[in-house]
Amino acid sequence: MLGTGLLQGLAVTARNFLGSFYDRRRFVTTQYPEQRTALPEAYRNFPFLVCESADDPMGTLRCVACQICEKECPPQCIYIEKSKDKKPDANGKPQIYPAVFDIDTAVCMSCQICVEVCPFDAIKMDQVFELAATDRFGALLMDRHALAKPNSYFQSIHPTEAGEVDSRLLAARLAAEEKARTAAAAKAAPKPAAPKPPAAPSAEAPKPSPPLA
Amino acid sequence: METTEQIRERILASLPGAQVSLVTNPGLAAQHSLLLGAAHALQAALLLRDDAALRLDFCSNVTGVDWPEREVSEADPTAPGGKVKRVVPGFLEVVYHLYSVALGHGPLVVRMRTANRSDQVTLPSLTPVWRSCEFQEREVFDLFGVVFAGHPDLRRILMWDEFKDHPMRKDYVEPDDFEWEPTPHGDVLERARRHYPAPARPAKEPAP
Amino acid sequence: MNPSGLPPLASLPGPQIRAVHDELHGDLLELSMGPHHPSTHGVFRMVVTLDGETVVKLKPVFGYLHRNHEKIAEGASYLGSMPYTDRLDYLCSMTNNWSYALAVERLAGQAVSERAEYVRVILAELTRLLNHTCLAGFLLQDGGASGTPLMYAFREREKILDLFESLSGSRMMCNYQRFGGCRADPSPAWLDSARALVDGYGRFLDEYEALLTGNEILMARTQGIGRLSPQLAVSAGVTGPMLRAAGVGYDIRKVDGYGFYPRFTFRVPIGADGDTYDRYMVRILEMRESIGILRQALRDIPAGPILDPKAKQRGLRPKAGEVYSRIEGPKGEIGFFLISDGGPNPYRYRVRPPSLINLTILEDMCLGQSIADSVVILGSVDIVLGEVDR
Ligand code: SF4
Ligand code: SF4
Repeated sequence: MLGTGLLQGLAVTARNFLGSFYDRRRFVTTQYPEQRTALPEAYRNFPFLVCESADDPMGTLRCVACQICEKECPPQCIYIEKSKDKKPDANGKPQIYPAVFDIDTAVCMSCQICVEVCPFDAIKMDQVFELAATDRFGALLMDRHALAKPNSYFQSIHPTEAGEVDSRLLAARLAAEEKARTAAAAKAAPKPAAPKPPAAPSAEAPKPSPPLA
Repeated sequence: METTEQIRERILASLPGAQVSLVTNPGLAAQHSLLLGAAHALQAALLLRDDAALRLDFCSNVTGVDWPEREVSEADPTAPGGKVKRVVPGFLEVVYHLYSVALGHGPLVVRMRTANRSDQVTLPSLTPVWRSCEFQEREVFDLFGVVFAGHPDLRRILMWDEFKDHPMRKDYVEPDDFEWEPTPHGDVLERARRHYPAPARPAKEPAP
Repeated sequence: MNPSGLPPLASLPGPQIRAVHDELHGDLLELSMGPHHPSTHGVFRMVVTLDGETVVKLKPVFGYLHRNHEKIAEGASYLGSMPYTDRLDYLCSMTNNWSYALAVERLAGQAVSERAEYVRVILAELTRLLNHTCLAGFLLQDGGASGTPLMYAFREREKILDLFESLSGSRMMCNYQRFGGCRADPSPAWLDSARALVDGYGRFLDEYEALLTGNEILMARTQGIGRLSPQLAVSAGVTGPMLRAAGVGYDIRKVDGYGFYPRFTFRVPIGADGDTYDRYMVRILEMRESIGILRQALRDIPAGPILDPKAKQRGLRPKAGEVYSRIEGPKGEIGFFLISDGGPNPYRYRVRPPSLINLTILEDMCLGQSIADSVVILGSVDIVLGEVDR
C-alpha cells in the first residue's frame, strides 16, 4: 500500500530518537575537549626522536644520523646534518649524532615509513595531535629539541611496541658486552694458545651431554 | 585464451599486410603484448573485439609510456668482440589492456607507437571501438602529448586548457614555482628564492 | 542596458549561468555545477545545458585535485608510493594498498604469507562495507533526504574506522599493506571485535533497509532514472557495482580469483534494469555477501607470520619487465600498471582509476533526465575526486 514504506521509515527514526534517551550505546557523540576518547595504542601522528634520559635529551638521542629515514621519507620532510664529532651512545660506543634534525610536520603525512626503516629504533610515532599553530614556519617546523622525547614517554604511549624494542636493545647490549668480554679475554690469553674461534661464547656454554645410549 | 602469438596469427590471417609484432615482456609476470601498426590499428581492434573466439569487449586500461631517445651499446656485427654505440630514437607508446567480459579471459596487451616524440605523434583513436578509451585517451593526450585521430572530443582533461607542456614526459621540467613553500630542504628554498626575488615572508632568515 | 552598473553576469568568475541560443531548441540554459557544490562529492564540475529542466548536454570537468600522483610515484621508491595510494580513493585505502602491493608482488615475484592473505580479504570486505554504507548515505543525501540516512551510515562507518585505526594507526590513511604481507599483526582481541562488528552489521542493514528500501520517495526518485544498458556499460569500461547493476555478472573476485577469494563462497548480485535504484540495491546486497565472506574469513584465519619472512620492502629493485594487476575495489576495478627497468623506482606507474572511468557514461545516463535527477545519478556512480583527479 502506498505510504507503508514511509511509515516504516518513520518508525525507525522514531525508535532511534526515543532510544537515544535511555540507551547509552546510542550516544555516539563525545564532548571534546571536555571528554576525550581513548586513543588506540597503534594511533600515530607525527614522528619523535627517542632519547634515553629526560634530563639530557640531546646527549642521549638514539639517532646516529645515518640518514636512512631522510632518504626514504616519501614527501622528503626530514632534514638531517651529521655532527663533526662523536658522542658515546648507550653502549658507550662513540657515534655520530645529528647536529640538525628537522621534521616539517606541515609536510609530513604520518606514514610511519621513517619508523619502519630506522635500524636503530631511534624514531617513533607520537600521539600528540593538538598541534595548531599560528605560524606555518615556527612551531610546525620541529627541530631536534622539539622532537626529542624520552624512552619512558615511548613506553607510556606504545607499551607493546616499546616493550619489544627494549628487550631487543637489551639483548643486543648483552651480546655486545659478551663479545667485548671474550675479545678482551682472547687478547689477554697467552700467545702460544691456539687461536680461539670467533664463536667463543659457546666455549663457555655447558657442553651438551652425550645422548643416552 | 589463445597465446599472444596465436592472436597475432589470427589478426594477420584476416588483415594481410597489417603490421603486428610480438613484444615480449622479460619480467616475471610475462604479460606479452602485440605491437600494432597505426595504419591497421582500428581494423585490428575491431577484429579483437568482434572475433567469436576472442570477444575482447572490455578495454580496461589505457595509458601512455614515454621512451626518450637513448644510447645503447651492443656487440659490433663487423668486429667480433667490439662494441658499437647506437642511438635508439625516442617514441611515445600507448598501451591498452583488453579483457573479455563475455568469455572471462584476458588480459591482452596491445601497444601502439608514435614515430617520434615531437611532430609525428598522431595515432588512431580506439574510442570508436571501446567507449572506455574516451577519457583515458584524453588523459594520454593531456599528460603525454599523443594526438588521437578520430577521437570525438580531444581536450585536456586534468591540466587546464591553457597549459602548455605534457607533464608525464620524462624530460618535463617543472616550473620553479612548483613548490615555493620552504621545506627543510635548501634546494627547494633556493629555487623558490629565484622565482620570488623578494618573498613576502622570508623563511627562518633575517630580512636583507 | 545595465542600469545597476554591475558587470554582466556571464563575465563574473566562478559558477556561471548563461543563456545560449540554439536554433532548434530556442533558448537553452548553460549551467555550471561545481566545483563547489554539495552534490558533486568534492571538487567536481558538470557543465550542464538545460532545456527547461531537462538535461540536453552534460560535460564533466575535473582536474581540480590533480597532483600527478603517477609522476610523484615514478620518482619515489616502490615502498614510498604505498602511502600515496591511500590518498587516491581515501575511503578505501585498504583496497588501494592491496592492489598496489599485489602489482609489486607480481612484478618482483614475492610470495605472500597465508595469514596476510586472510587479513587482506577481511580488510577488503570491511572496506566494501564501509564504502557502500557511505555511498547509500550520500546517495540519499543527494536525493534530498537530508541528514538521517547519512548520519546512520556514518555511525556504522565510524565503527569500521575504529577497527582500522586500532590495527593500522590511522582511520583513513592506513598505509597498511606491505609487499609480501601486512605491516602489523591483528591481535586476537582485534579479531574478536571484528567478529562482533560483523555480527551486528546485518542488524544495522535490516534497520537501514526498513528505513529506505521500501520508501516510496526513494523509489520515485530512483526507479527508471539513469538507465544504463549492459552493452554500453561493458563498452565504456564501467566496473564494480555499476556494471553489475546493469545486469552484467562480472566480478574480478570471481573472474581472476586473486588472493584467497576462491576459498570463500559468495554470490554476485546483479541488477535487472540498470537504473539508479538497482545501483543502490546491488550495493546493499553486496554488503550482505561481504558479511558472509567476513564470517568465513574470521572463522578460518590461520596463525602464522603476517609478513613473508623473505619479503623485502626497502631498496626493492624488481627485474625489468611490466605488469598490470587489478582487484575488485568497492568502486570497481582498481588496477596498477608498473614498468620496471631494474631500478629502485618504477619506470612507469599507472593507476587505473575506477571512479574516472565510471564517469565516462555520466552524460549518457543523464540525457533527457531532469537536473535534479542528474544529481542523484552522479551520486549513484560513486566517485571520489582523489581518485578521479589523481
Ligand atoms: S611519517 Fe612519513 S612523511 Fe612523516 S617524517 Fe616519517 S617518513 Fe616522512
Ligand atoms: S632516525 Fe634512525 S634512520 Fe633516521 S637518521 Fe636517525 S638513526 Fe638513521
